Amino acid sequence: MATTKHTLKAIVQDKPGVLNRVVSLFRRRGFNIDSIAVGHSEVPHLSRVTIIVNGTTATVEQVRKQMDKLIDVVKIFDITGEKSNSRELALVKVKATSTTRSDIIEIADIFRANIVDVASESLTIEVTGDEDKIESMLKLLHGFGIKEIARTGRVAMVRGNIGAMPVEEKPARSRAKKQG
Amino acid sequence: MKKTGAQILCESLLAEGVDVMFGFPGGVLLPFYDTLPQYPQLRHILVRHEQGAAHAADGYARATGKVGVCMATSGPGATNLVTGIANAYLDSVPMVALTGQVARPFIGKDAFQEIDIAGITLPITKHSYVVMETESLAGIIKEAFYLARTGRPGPVLIDIPKDVMTDLADFKYPDTVDLPGYKVPTKGHPTQLKNAAELINKAQRPLIIAGRGVIISGASAELKQFAETAQIPVVTTLLGIGSFPGNHVLNYGMAGMHGTGYANKAIENTDLLIAIGMRFDDRVTGKVSAFARQAKIVHIDLDPAEIGKNVRVDVPIVGDVKAVLLTMHKMIASNQHMDWIRQLNEWRKEHPLLDIDDSAGLLPQYIIRQLYEATSGDAIIVTGVGQHQMWTAQHYAFHEPDSFITSGGLGTMGFGLPAAMGAKVGRPEKTVWVVDGDGSLQMTIQELATLVQDKINVKIAIINNGYLGMVRQWQELFYAKNYVATPLSCPDFVKIAEAYSIAGLRVTRREEVKGAIEQAMAHDGPFLIDFMVEPEENVFPMVPPGAANIEFMERPKKEVSSWPRRNTP
Ligand SMILES: Cc1ncc(C[n+]2csc(CCOP(=O)(O)OP(=O)(O)O)c2C)c(N)n1
Repeated sequence: MATTKHTLKAIVQDKPGVLNRVVSLFRRRGFNIDSIAVGHSEVPHLSRVTIIVNGTTATVEQVRKQMDKLIDVVKIFDITGEKSNSRELALVKVKATSTTRSDIIEIADIFRANIVDVASESLTIEVTGDEDKIESMLKLLHGFGIKEIARTGRVAMVRGNIGAMPVEEKPARSRAKKQG
Repeated sequence: MKKTGAQILCESLLAEGVDVMFGFPGGVLLPFYDTLPQYPQLRHILVRHEQGAAHAADGYARATGKVGVCMATSGPGATNLVTGIANAYLDSVPMVALTGQVARPFIGKDAFQEIDIAGITLPITKHSYVVMETESLAGIIKEAFYLARTGRPGPVLIDIPKDVMTDLADFKYPDTVDLPGYKVPTKGHPTQLKNAAELINKAQRPLIIAGRGVIISGASAELKQFAETAQIPVVTTLLGIGSFPGNHVLNYGMAGMHGTGYANKAIENTDLLIAIGMRFDDRVTGKVSAFARQAKIVHIDLDPAEIGKNVRVDVPIVGDVKAVLLTMHKMIASNQHMDWIRQLNEWRKEHPLLDIDDSAGLLPQYIIRQLYEATSGDAIIVTGVGQHQMWTAQHYAFHEPDSFITSGGLGTMGFGLPAAMGAKVGRPEKTVWVVDGDGSLQMTIQELATLVQDKINVKIAIINNGYLGMVRQWQELFYAKNYVATPLSCPDFVKIAEAYSIAGLRVTRREEVKGAIEQAMAHDGPFLIDFMVEPEENVFPMVPPGAANIEFMERPKKEVSSWPRRNTP
């Protein structure tokens, strides 16, 4: 079966070891993570994780269900088919001499990237966008000599409501009371 | 008034209704053990190896349906629990494992007996905690027990640093847990229930396959009612044994690798397989592509991740088995399925489990049947792992849920004796037998001392074939009898028992079996019988590894009497 890239978005408790649990699950079930990005969410003590994983729809569904079973994972969605905005940030350190500097700056401008550091033999460029955009820019910069790349991995947000986690929607609390 | 962490731990355990725990002390647990006598309601059973503590907690949990509790010290104590925790994880057994940890300032410094047990057990626990403040201890214990027993049960680990045990904190046991990420499905989706009921009402050759989920959910009565109303034959998984009465006319035994021929034929021919509280383990399915190929499959399970994991499912129902069966019972029509049942009964005649002919020597199957007779099928039977386990599954008719306690998913040799110990502690009114292999028993044999010290009346039947029998069987069948690392020299088990002050007996002949079992049962206290069985008897039927279930091999006829007799030790 054909494998494709899927975007999973999870809301997780901001607790020690939670990332370890997520990553360990992927390793243990033999799934590969393309990229993973984590950060605080709009709700205190909850973080958002965006995971890009390559697999068939069935395996990714299995990953999603297994992740959903982690106690610290509050919610998880596969937003692959959804209309969403996704962005990645990359920092690129490029070799630059007095002759190539202006060419590099011109390329950065085309991609609406920022020059964040200028040194005698290099320029550091910050670019944001989807993977295609970043890849195209890197391709153009390649000829100048890339010294270092740091990429964040993709973060994504669905347009509209899916994936939102309003504070009042803390699902398990009342249920736990009933069953406990 | 403030209490120490150790006091908080004890009081929290009592608040959870814990009356017994299985443990083994060590340096970091000294504050706990120092405090324990303040709580005489909390019985502590000292095991001889921490693996035994985990298996005992496991056996206790399966026998009672309550959460089993085990405890070990940091480092080697904690790592000794690992096998037992994994065993509980794979068989969905509710357990709380408590480990001591080095004091907080030493964590991460490779201190003496410091090990990252939460890290080690990450993939084999339902959840785990490292307690970093005494204030949070009570809440963590509350959550741990809640998680262990609800939903799909499993082991939860709590790692407690020594100084958390000695620090003081206010104690109030919380009434609620706050676990926003934890969902327990309950009823099943109405549309899917409807779809399933329609298929069930239409099916010509329906078949139920019941797993341990039925037992966990306490749904045996509902399963019986369901099967009887629609007259649907039932087969079980290894761990589903006992979920449906063993002598019920609709019970066609265990399916899978060592399942009955008729159970596997039923799966091959059914047009609707209703899988209830089971997870399509490879030991049950055989070659997946050839599993139930004529059937639509309805899968009822509490764990959504089990649906569609190993086999394609036509109607998924995520919910508590009991609730689902109750609802569905109202939606299904009473039915007969006479032709189908007649067919199954023919297969049952064609493929009997075993005809024991008179010339046979001391056959393990015969012993299990005698054990059934002697206990009127009313004992809790615990096993090790190997041939003896399969013979027990095949030849003892289990009528009650939780009367058969065995290590399924992990297949842990050494499980038997300590698990039997835990079962007996949990159900003292029941007769508890462990049917063990000579190999399996030697993995945890030191727990004989625990039986004696804590007066735990477990009867022990060793199916002594002088081999790691199940592995030898594979070597015989698939590796040209190249018996490497399977012949097993054993001590004189009767003398071993005697050394522990346990009464014992050796049985070499078939005529002695009944008397010996009766003697063991009449004896007040643990009793060991060393059954010297035919060394090269095999477990049949057997589906060769990788083959389809329908390709099961049967026991060759008239072979036994020609086998050489083995001398007693
Ligand atoms: C801890 C552990 N180690 C190894 C195995 C592999 N194994 C499965 S069955 C078996 C033989 C068991 O021998 P015994 O307990 O004597 O029982 P028998 O098969 O002879 O009845 C072995 C070695 C296992 N299941 N568990």
